[in-house]
Amino acid sequence: MLNEGRQTRGTGTAAEGPDTWTGARALDQDTPLIFEQDSPGACGVDLPDGPDVANRLGGLERKGAIGLPGLAEPEVMRHYVRLSRQNYAIDIGVYPLGSCTMKHNPRLNEKVARMPGFSDIHPLQPESTVQGALELMDRLGHWLKTLTGMPAVALSPAAGAHGELCGLMAIRAAHEARGDARKVVLVPESAHGTNPATAAMCGYAVKSIPADETGRVDLAALEAMVDEDVAAIMLTNPNTCGLFERDIIRVAEAVHGVGAYFYCDGANFNAIVGRVRPGDLGIDAMHINLHKTFSTPHGGGGPGSGPVVFSDALAPFAPIPYVIERKDGDGFHLVEHVPDSEVQPFGRMKGFHGQMGMFTRALAYMMSHGSDGLRQVAEDAVLNANYVRASLADVMSQAFDGPCMHEALFDDSFLKGTGVSTLDIAKAMIDEGFHPMTMYFPLVVHGALLIEPTETESKDGLDRFIGAMRHIVERAKSGDAEHFAGAPYYAPRRRLDETLAARKPILRFEPAMQDAAE
Amino acid sequence: MRYLPLTPEDRRQMLARVGVSSIDDLFEDVPAAARLDGLVDLPLHQGELAVERELGALAARNVAAGSVPSFLGAGAYRHHVPATVDHLIQRSEFLTAYTPYQPEVSQGTLQMLFEFQTQVALITGMEVANASMYDGATACAEAALMACRLTRREKVVLSGGLHPHYRDVTKTSVKFGSVHLDIAEPDPDGAEDLAARIDGETACVIVQNPSFFGRLKDLRALADACHAAGALLVVVVTEVVSLGLVASPGEMGADIVVAEGQSLGVPLGFGGPYVGLFACRQKHVRQMPGRLCGETVDQDGRRGYVLTLSTREQHIRREKATSNICTNAGLCALAFSIHMTLLGEAGLTELASLNHRTAVALADRLARVPGVEVMADAFFNEFTLRLAKPAAQVVETLAGKGILAGVPVSRLYANRPALENLLLVAATECNTEADGDRLASALEEALR
Repeated sequence: MLNEGRQTRGTGTAAEGPDTWTGARALDQDTPLIFEQDSPGACGVDLPDGPDVANRLGGLERKGAIGLPGLAEPEVMRHYVRLSRQNYAIDIGVYPLGSCTMKHNPRLNEKVARMPGFSDIHPLQPESTVQGALELMDRLGHWLKTLTGMPAVALSPAAGAHGELCGLMAIRAAHEARGDARKVVLVPESAHGTNPATAAMCGYAVKSIPADETGRVDLAALEAMVDEDVAAIMLTNPNTCGLFERDIIRVAEAVHGVGAYFYCDGANFNAIVGRVRPGDLGIDAMHINLHKTFSTPHGGGGPGSGPVVFSDALAPFAPIPYVIERKDGDGFHLVEHVPDSEVQPFGRMKGFHGQMGMFTRALAYMMSHGSDGLRQVAEDAVLNANYVRASLADVMSQAFDGPCMHEALFDDSFLKGTGVSTLDIAKAMIDEGFHPMTMYFPLVVHGALLIEPTETESKDGLDRFIGAMRHIVERAKSGDAEHFAGAPYYAPRRRLDETLAARKPILRFEPAMQDAAE
Repeated sequence: MRYLPLTPEDRRQMLARVGVSSIDDLFEDVPAAARLDGLVDLPLHQGELAVERELGALAARNVAAGSVPSFLGAGAYRHHVPATVDHLIQRSEFLTAYTPYQPEVSQGTLQMLFEFQTQVALITGMEVANASMYDGATACAEAALMACRLTRREKVVLSGGLHPHYRDVTKTSVKFGSVHLDIAEPDPDGAEDLAARIDGETACVIVQNPSFFGRLKDLRALADACHAAGALLVVVVTEVVSLGLVASPGEMGADIVVAEGQSLGVPLGFGGPYVGLFACRQKHVRQMPGRLCGETVDQDGRRGYVLTLSTREQHIRREKATSNICTNAGLCALAFSIHMTLLGEAGLTELASLNHRTAVALADRLARVPGVEVMADAFFNEFTLRLAKPAAQVVETLAGKGILAGVPVSRLYANRPALENLLLVAATECNTEADGDRLASALEEALR
C-alpha cells in the first residue's frame, strides 16, 4: 500500500442535492454506532435457564457492568445490512487493486467449507474421527506441491506475511544447523513492506537491491552484493511492477553460489500458475496466498492463508504440525510434536493446524479449475492486464516498456502540469463506480498506479473500465483540477481527514462522545 | 470454465489489441527452460456437482462435534452461533471486500472495526484494542515482543498454565532474537509462584486466565509484583465467554490482554481461521502491532472512520515496523462483533453464567464416577480430571462409542508421564444434561 497519498481534508465544493431530514439519501443510509443504539434490557438471543447450582468462580465475579449495548435481532440485522451497503466489493464491480488479486470468490467454496464435517470439527478430536480433514490437508498440499514443482509444504501460516516468516525462519534454521551465522537479507526496493519487516523479525539486517531501467532486479548490482554474509534474497516474481524477473535463474545461481537461499514472495503466483513452476526457477521457499491465487475471500482484511512450499534443502526445517500418510493404508497422521528423527522443524507458528476453512475453499477452487483451468487462469489474468495496459498506454504513462504479466503499472508523468495527483485519479474512479487501483506502490515508481484486473473480468467489463479511465484522464488533462480535488462526490463519505485521525486518535467509542454530541 | 468470462473470440480480439499473435508471446520473459508446455499432472476441471460430491465424501469421514456429545475445549470451544451471524458475514459487501484502504468506499468495514475495537476493549477492561490478529497464539507472541519493546528488557516469563501452543508460538517468535523465555513447568495444581521469577530484566509475565487446566486465579498480586519490578503483566484469555462473568484482566491489573475470539461467532473449523484479540493501555498504543481503525471527519464534516497510526506498520515502516502483520482476521472479527452485538450486556452475562453452571453441574456429576478426580476448585467452563488410567486411551475408547470426551493433556504435552492421566473437559451451552450422563456412564465403564 501507500506511504504517499495520506490525505488531509479535501478542498472541493460540497456535493449537490437537497438536504433530507434524516440525512439519508434514499438507499444510502448511515447507521449510528451500536453503542448509540443501546436499548437497555434488549437482547438479540434467547437462552435456556440451565442448571441451578451455586457458582464456583472463587470470588472472581465481575462487579460492575461491562458497557455493552442491548439490541434486539431485527435492529442488529438492519445495522449490519446498512453497514454492508457502505462497502465496495468484488461482487459489485471491478476491483483492480494491484498486488491483491481481487478475483471472483465462488460460492461453492463457501458451501463446502460449511459442511458440518469440516466446519464443526474440533482441532483436538481423536485422529480417528478426523481422517477426512487430514486427507483434505494432504490433498491440498499435493496440489500446491505439484503446481509449484516443490517437494514439501507447510500449511499452517495464517497469511502471506506469516508465510514469509515461516520461510525465513526455515532459512535461518538451516544456516544455524550448519553453524553458519549470516546477518543479511537482500530485498529489492520494489518489494512489499512485509518482506523487510519479516527479515527484521528473524533478526536479519536488510539490504536493498536497486532496480534496473526495465523495472527488474539489477543483476550486476545483485551479483556485487552477494557474499558469505547473505542468508537469503527475498524476491517477488512476477515482481511488484507486474514484470517477470527474466534473470531469475541467474539470480538463483548467484544466491546459491554463496550458500544463501532464495525466498520467493508468491503474492503474484496467479500470473504464472499452471505455466511456470517456481521449483524450476531455483527457488527454495515460497508462500502462496490462498486468498489471492486460490480465491478464498478477502473478507475486508482476512482471514488469509499462506502455505509455504520448500525445496529439498529446506524441507527438514519446515514447522510443525504437518500431515503424513501412514504406511499400509492406515490413514493419515498429524505430526504435532518435534519428532525424534532426521527432520529438525524450527517450531510452531500458530495455534492448532492452520486455516482449515481456507484449505477447504482453496481446494474446491482448484478442483473446479483443474490443471487445464488453472493454466487458463494465468493466461486470462495476463491477457486482461495487457489489454488494459495497451488500451491506456496512449493516454497514461506506462512505467516500463513492453508487455506486463498480471498487472499494469503506470507512473504519474501523464499528470504533469495538470494539478491532479494519483490520489485524485483514484478518488475519481470511485465516482465512476470502480474501486481504485493500488496507488503509490511500488515505491520505485513515482506516483504509481498499479492495475490488476484478474482473469474474472469480462471483456465488456474491461472495456467499460477502460472507457471510464480514458474519460477521467482526459478530464484531468483538460485542466479541471478543482473537480478532482473534491472527488469522490457520490461515495458514502467524501475524503476523510487522515491527518486528524492520526494526530488525535479516537480508537473506540466513549460514552462521553455521545453526551457531547447530544 | 464457469469462473472465466473470456470467450475464444474475446481472447482473439484482445490479443490483437495488445499487438501479439498468441498468449505465449506474453510469457516470453520466462526462461525457456522453465516454460511448461503441457498441463501439470493434476485432474482436469470439474463441475460444481462433482466437486461437492468429492469433498462431501471427505467431510463425511469426519465426526462433526455437533453430532455427538462433545466436551472438547483447550483453546477452541463449541458454542451456538446465531443464524444471523453467518447470514451477515456472507453479505457480498463484507465477504468480498479488501482491507479498507480506500475509506470512502469502505465505511461498512471500518465502522464495524471501530465497534469491534470498542467491544474488545470493554470486555477485557482495557483502554484500546486493535482490529484483530491471526489468532490467540500469535497475538500472545506479539504481546511478548511488544512488552520487550516497551520495557527495553529481554526476559519473558511464561506461566505453566499457558496453553502449550501459545507457549510454542511465542518460543518460535523469539527463536532468532535476543529475547529469552523463562518457562514455568506445567501447572495443573495452580501452585506456581510466578512472582518469584520476576527480576530487573523481566519485560513481562504472561499468564492465562482461566489457565490451560481450567483454573481461575486472582491476578492482582501478580500484577502488583510485575509493576513493582517495572515489568508488564500480559493476560491471555482463550475462552472469551468467561469475560461475561469473571472480573476482567484490566480490572486485575493487566497491561496487555490477548485472547482467542473464536468462541463468539466462529465455528470450530478444525482449528482455523480464528480471530486474535489484542488490547492494551492507551499509553502503549504506538508500540501495538496490527491495524487500528480511528474516527475522523470527511470533507463535509460528517463522521467517518479510517485506518490510522499506520506509521507503526510494515507498509510504511518496512523493517522498522512493530510487526510484519498485514492481512489479519477481518471476517472473523466481523462474526465476533455481530455475535457480541446480538448478545449485548445481558446476553453475554447470561451466556457466561449458563456455561459456568453447566460446567459446575457436569463436574459434580463426573466427581461421582469411581476413578475420576475433579482437580479444579475455581473454574469457568472447563476443568481438569485426573483419571485412574491414561487419558488418551480413555478418550479413544469413548470416541469408539460416539462420545468426544475431552482433550487428553498428553495430546499437547508429549512424554510427560506425570500428566498422562489428565483429561481436560469443557462444557458450554451446547451440552445437555443427557450428554453429561452419557459421558459419566461411559467413563465409569472405561475406568472399571
